[in-house]
Amino acid sequence: MSDSLALLLVPALPLAAFLLIFLVGRVYFPKFSGILGTVIMLATTVISMATAYKYFFVTGKVDGVYQHLIAFKFTWLPFSENVSIDMGAIMDPISMVMICVVTFISLMVHIYSLGYMKGEDRFAIYYSYLGLFTFSMLGLVLSTNIFQIYIFWELVGVSSFLLIGYYFDKPSAVAASKKAFIVTRFADAGFLIGILVLSYYTGTLDFETMIARLTVPGSELTAITTAGFLGVSALTWGLMLVFMGGAGKSAMFPLHIWLPDAMEGPTPVSALIHAATMVVAGVYLVARLFPIFAISCPVGLDVVAYIGVFSSMFAAIIACTQTDIKRVLAYSTMSQIGYMMFALGVAGYGGENGLGFTASFFHLFTHAMFKALLFLGAGAVIHYVHSNDMRDMGGLRKHMPVTHIAFLIACLAIAGVPGFAGFFSKEEILTAAHNSNPIIYWCAIATAALTAFYMFRLYFNIFWNKEYHAHHSDSHHGDDHHHGEAPWSMKAPLIILALLSIATGYIPFGNFVSSDGQALHSEFHLTSAILPVSLAIGAIIVAMLFYRKKNAVPDKIAGTIKGVYTGALHKFYIDELYLFVTKKLIFGIGGTIAAWFDKNVVDGVVNFSATVGENFSDTLKKMQNGKVQSYAMYFFTGVLGFVLLFVFLWDKF
Amino acid sequence: MSDIGLGHFLIVSTMLFFIGIYGFMTRRNMITMLMSVELILNACNINFIAFNKFLFPNQLDGVFFTLFVIAIAAAEAAVAIAIIINLYRNRKSIDAEDADMMRL
Repeated sequence: MSDSLALLLVPALPLAAFLLIFLVGRVYFPKFSGILGTVIMLATTVISMATAYKYFFVTGKVDGVYQHLIAFKFTWLPFSENVSIDMGAIMDPISMVMICVVTFISLMVHIYSLGYMKGEDRFAIYYSYLGLFTFSMLGLVLSTNIFQIYIFWELVGVSSFLLIGYYFDKPSAVAASKKAFIVTRFADAGFLIGILVLSYYTGTLDFETMIARLTVPGSELTAITTAGFLGVSALTWGLMLVFMGGAGKSAMFPLHIWLPDAMEGPTPVSALIHAATMVVAGVYLVARLFPIFAISCPVGLDVVAYIGVFSSMFAAIIACTQTDIKRVLAYSTMSQIGYMMFALGVAGYGGENGLGFTASFFHLFTHAMFKALLFLGAGAVIHYVHSNDMRDMGGLRKHMPVTHIAFLIACLAIAGVPGFAGFFSKEEILTAAHNSNPIIYWCAIATAALTAFYMFRLYFNIFWNKEYHAHHSDSHHGDDHHHGEAPWSMKAPLIILALLSIATGYIPFGNFVSSDGQALHSEFHLTSAILPVSLAIGAIIVAMLFYRKKNAVPDKIAGTIKGVYTGALHKFYIDELYLFVTKKLIFGIGGTIAAWFDKNVVDGVVNFSATVGENFSDTLKKMQNGKVQSYAMYFFTGVLGFVLLFVFLWDKF
Repeated sequence: MSDIGLGHFLIVSTMLFFIGIYGFMTRRNMITMLMSVELILNACNINFIAFNKFLFPNQLDGVFFTLFVIAIAAAEAAVAIAIIINLYRNRKSIDAEDADMMRL
């Protein structure tokens, strides 16, 4: 199978699944839709893996450098001779890594959902949405054109919206989907402006041309760097606005507020969209434009780095106080994406400097595995307990052994314990940070310790702590707890992902993904690993002391740092701040002015014209009184008028 | 005693015309209004004849028009009286003030 056909099929198959299930399946074979979607997804996964394998090991490398290949491209909307929106598929290391991650995680979620979503009313719709999402995400990562990526970017946003609002009869889910859509839309407005700025100066929408024109000195580069606004060059503005779109999708501070709420969607969806794939789109976007950032705009890269590291730490602190297990995982996702972002931010272009780039994608890859596993594990727990709150859990290790082991592996992986996948990628990120920026390095170390702490707080609260007693009273169907741990369709993805959460760490990622396409042999320094690992293990031990047995220590600690604790518990009041700004300032003050204007000026004009019309017609109505003599009077007056006109005034014209 | 000229005829016809207009405007009785209309028409007739006689003595157009106007006035009077009689049957009145049904 040729690459172009394969890469055409990769997005087309999920699209076909979406259309088939959405248009036909939900009416005629709703029960079978899940299997159908899963089989199609399996085919997509196999094709994309095969394509990626072929690219990495057979065709992609020329003279030791991975090439950017265009598998196919056709012009979709030509604006002028050189500017057009194309639809195509690009083959380079990052897009190949991404299609593997997306299709694989999507497949796992498809399988898992067979068990998790069983018996839902809108089971078929759910699978069609999954197909739509997978299609959009694959289209996004394969984009050859910045406008193509924008189109798929929005499609991804729509499918995320649909899936968060899947339980549309639940007001909180509706609010969450609306919030996610509005916040990311707001960010995407910046993205669009950024696209316009960049394409205006470069005269192209194509990624490769744009990168070439903005990295090699030439008239376009001179034009964009000399043009400025508010003392910042147009290039920096353009890139920052594009990054704003990426930050919105990737839940970077200050556009992160939608992600925790997005957990209202079904748990497998959270695993697929809000942990493993869609939220890393921002990282992918920065990586796609990385040469421009690194070579022409190092300031922009610094901004990416600082926003990344701040989000990472901010989210880690909040995650320590949340009690909803999915929210803890959501903040942990935000924190880990912050890791990927600042890894890109500290990277440079080419050679050893590009370590951060490799590390970022390595972490993206391993994170997708263990974070999907964490969510799917959490889904299994929620399935069993019928609650999201960790205070309702405890002692589940005996009730659900497979989930317990899988979850433990994922926690160890994310905490960065040696031997597990997260350790290798995190080590690489920390090395990259250490080489470039001490502030970011120490923040990252602190975040790593916090990560280990909150993940094990979660783990011990779910699986140890107090003994679990099924609450028959708050469950509608009393015999529910006899259904056992989980069906095999749910356990199998957990086991596969658990194995991968260990195995993926051993991939020599630098050989495949690097900033300039050449293999990067990162050396592993044992000494630099000592500090983060010992901190992580220390944090795990602290979490164990706090939460393994129910005791009063955590509350006491929370009491001593009451200010920070309450702040973190309320997510540092960012939501409240935004509500204040939007409700009170924009809708309150701006709305009052707008309402006054509307009521007095706009309505005033309308009412005034109506009054004038009414009065005028009243006068006219009185003239038509049915009395023939008054009509004769008007007639005669008119005739007299004409006579006077013709006799005395006609000559003057 | 000077000759009677065009001006004299026009003065008579103008007086007749405005008497007719005045009558039409002020009288409420429809029969009287109809008579006023006849006065107006006759003022026109005098004008036609006078202009014909003084300006185009060897043509007869004005006279013919006068004949037409008289014929039309007769027809109009017949129609108007028929309307007035019907109105009287319905309303027991031939007052123009009472005949305002057309407004609605």
